[in-house]
Amino acid sequence: MASIEMRNIVKKYGDGFPAVNDVSLDIADGEFMILVGPSGCGKSTLLRMIVGLEDITSGDMIIGGKRVNDLAPRDRNLSMVFQNYALYPHMTVYENIAFPLRLSKTPDDEVRRRVTEASDVLELKEHLERKPANLSGGQRQRVAMGRAIVRQAEAFLFDEPLSNLDAKLRGQMRTEISRLQRRLGITTVYVTHDQTEAMTLGDRVCVLRKGLIQQVASPRELYEQPVNLFVAGFIGSPPMNFLPATVEGDRLQTPFGPIVLDERRAAAVRGRELLLVGIRPEYFEDASLVDDAKRPLGSLFRARVDVTEWLGDSQYAYIPYEAPEAITNQLRELSRELDSEELRTQAIVSIDATSRIREGREAEFWLDSRKVHVFDPHSGDNLTRDAEAGARLTQMATEDRVEQVQDAQASGQTVGGAHRAGAA
Amino acid sequence: MRYLFRPPATDGAGLLTLPWHVPLEEWDPELLLEVPQRGISRHVVRFVAQDGHVYALKEIAETLARHEYALLGEFEEEGLPSVSVLGICVDRPHGQDAILVTRYLEYSMSYRYLFSRPHGEQSAEQLLDTLVVLLVRLHLAGVFWGDCSLSNTLFRLDAGTFAAYLVDAETAERHPRLSDGQRRYDVDLARERVGAELLDLQFGGLLPSGVDPIEVADSLPPRYEALWEEVNREEVFSPDEQRYRMTDRLQRLNDLGFDVGEVELVTSPEGARLRVETRVAEPGENRRELFRLTGLEVQERQARRLLNDLRAFRVQLEQKSGRPVPETVAGYRWLEEAYQPVVDAIPPDLVGRLAPAEVFHEVLEHRWFLSEKAGRDVGTTAAARAYFDTVLPRTPKEVTTPSAIVGPSR
Repeated sequence: MASIEMRNIVKKYGDGFPAVNDVSLDIADGEFMILVGPSGCGKSTLLRMIVGLEDITSGDMIIGGKRVNDLAPRDRNLSMVFQNYALYPHMTVYENIAFPLRLSKTPDDEVRRRVTEASDVLELKEHLERKPANLSGGQRQRVAMGRAIVRQAEAFLFDEPLSNLDAKLRGQMRTEISRLQRRLGITTVYVTHDQTEAMTLGDRVCVLRKGLIQQVASPRELYEQPVNLFVAGFIGSPPMNFLPATVEGDRLQTPFGPIVLDERRAAAVRGRELLLVGIRPEYFEDASLVDDAKRPLGSLFRARVDVTEWLGDSQYAYIPYEAPEAITNQLRELSRELDSEELRTQAIVSIDATSRIREGREAEFWLDSRKVHVFDPHSGDNLTRDAEAGARLTQMATEDRVEQVQDAQASGQTVGGAHRAGAA
Repeated sequence: MRYLFRPPATDGAGLLTLPWHVPLEEWDPELLLEVPQRGISRHVVRFVAQDGHVYALKEIAETLARHEYALLGEFEEEGLPSVSVLGICVDRPHGQDAILVTRYLEYSMSYRYLFSRPHGEQSAEQLLDTLVVLLVRLHLAGVFWGDCSLSNTLFRLDAGTFAAYLVDAETAERHPRLSDGQRRYDVDLARERVGAELLDLQFGGLLPSGVDPIEVADSLPPRYEALWEEVNREEVFSPDEQRYRMTDRLQRLNDLGFDVGEVELVTSPEGARLRVETRVAEPGENRRELFRLTGLEVQERQARRLLNDLRAFRVQLEQKSGRPVPETVAGYRWLEEAYQPVVDAIPPDLVGRLAPAEVFHEVLEHRWFLSEKAGRDVGTTAAARAYFDTVLPRTPKEVTTPSAIVGPSR
């Protein structure tokens, strides 16, 4: 188990184009780090440089305090999990987990110790003497994980491991990976293009765009304090709404009426002209269902609803709005980059499932103005980001992680605890 | 549903009537063909026969299917030894995975069969060398396999030696050239997979006692490195040994089964520096020549053997008639009078055990063997008869190529 540090990592291919550009990232020992971004953002290239599959053009890759730029993949002692795993029909589950140790001629009692420990954590103990043909899909994947565990690798690496599984197994495996990572307390780097996976799995998430790091933070910080339009638009589903806005004193004029800003945010946007205001779907509500106590914290506006979507436990309303051409083009460009369906000039608004707001009618909405962010449409910068509040969110996530790992270690659930204590 | 087929796909047209909307696992056994001795697969794989041809159907995620379809198509065009892809079926109802259709590699054998044969004439080392040649060939072409294993390889006899073919390109990646890290990773993975596959055979009681899985697996990386070095190294030598060293090098590459694309020789006062660009495609000179003269499509070593026989046949014709015989005429008559009679005489119950060209090669071997013993040339007809009586029946029934089971393709 080890930390992974990247210092000014650059990857240029033959054409000179930097697929990864000056990336510096510290992954703490035992941390679960997600690399996320749309295709072509450099996340897989970065992972491959950690593994040793891609040469590093410049910069330092440091694993467990040791520079590994020139080390062959096997000498880095990392484990790519699930990649093309195979189960061997004549071998028991025990042997299917043990074989990497057999191949390295590990003594029998050591093999037994490690396989037993791994199978405890993986809850495969009951199945050790069975043949793999009798295992469920999830159990098979756990056998693959067991192989990685018995190797006592410095870190686990996952490259879009769930992208080819069906939805049900995908959800199941996501929970399983998360649970195991906690119990094992092993440094993990996980590449995905799926923001939901990123948000549910990672201690911290590194959002990449065109080879550059945009933001590295806990999922909560990314969601509540994104650094720019790209991160704000990428994280969250349904996505954040972006409306054109102009500044008038301490308020923003928007297609959904004026939004009053607090002192801090008003100061941040003073003197600006055309801006984009970012409002998450859940900051809206059907005005008739808002508590009197909450009502003064936001603003009211009337708008015609195009479509409503009732999902039983939740409901969405789609509200079209007008935007200047420059803004429309900007948003179209952003959605293209995010590989998403075109962000049309209509807001997606979350309303209570009991709301009687109907399609094609005008209705009154309430908008919680406390959490909106304001972006510069040209640079994409979030002008109203509260860095301190964001740092606090990430700090909380770090504390949670440390606590969970300690709990797991205290209850003796981790694997190779002695080995690790010795290494630490 | 949508079908994407790679021309010429007329031979696959009959496949369209199959129940593509149903999960492969639920297909009526009547439609399927039992193919023994297969490797291990993570996916559902089934075999079907259509108009005398056999196809392998694999159910996988659409992105993987499209990726593999494109790659296998490229490999085939470039002459890389791989299975031939026919097409994919996508957009199946209820969000089912896609199906990738490949042509069954006729007369191929899996490692499971080759290693577990009671009286295996071919050693584990030989098979491993064959696998290593395949891996080096792929690496030269910028292909990262990502899943090199015995299960993902099929072996074919080629005039008594083996040739290996890539069967599964699901995890493969194409790069302009591979980094050392990519090659090493591929080799490490291959070592581990081969070791595990042999251990598995051992657990199943299918591995001859003389084969040590770990030893065999451990010998893969050094074999690979040696061949990679042989194929890629630059040599420096003095001008006076230039000619001899160059011929020597080219001969060695040929013997290893590689063709040479380009030779670059840079001379300086210190000596000559030789750089050889090794071709990735299978050598095909003899194959093309035999096809031109006879229309037969066989593998390279088989072709060399058959061409030698054809040339000897032509000399005989010329001696008998006392005048020159054009090679095309000799080719035609050899096919009619020497090759076809042997192939036609294969007893019906033994058809499909070995490829016809391999049978002919073995008959020639047998003829040499009998003639040595008898002290005179016994002739091809007698040799063939003896071979069909005593040697061919010893080839196990389970290697019979599936298309021979379903009926002749032409």
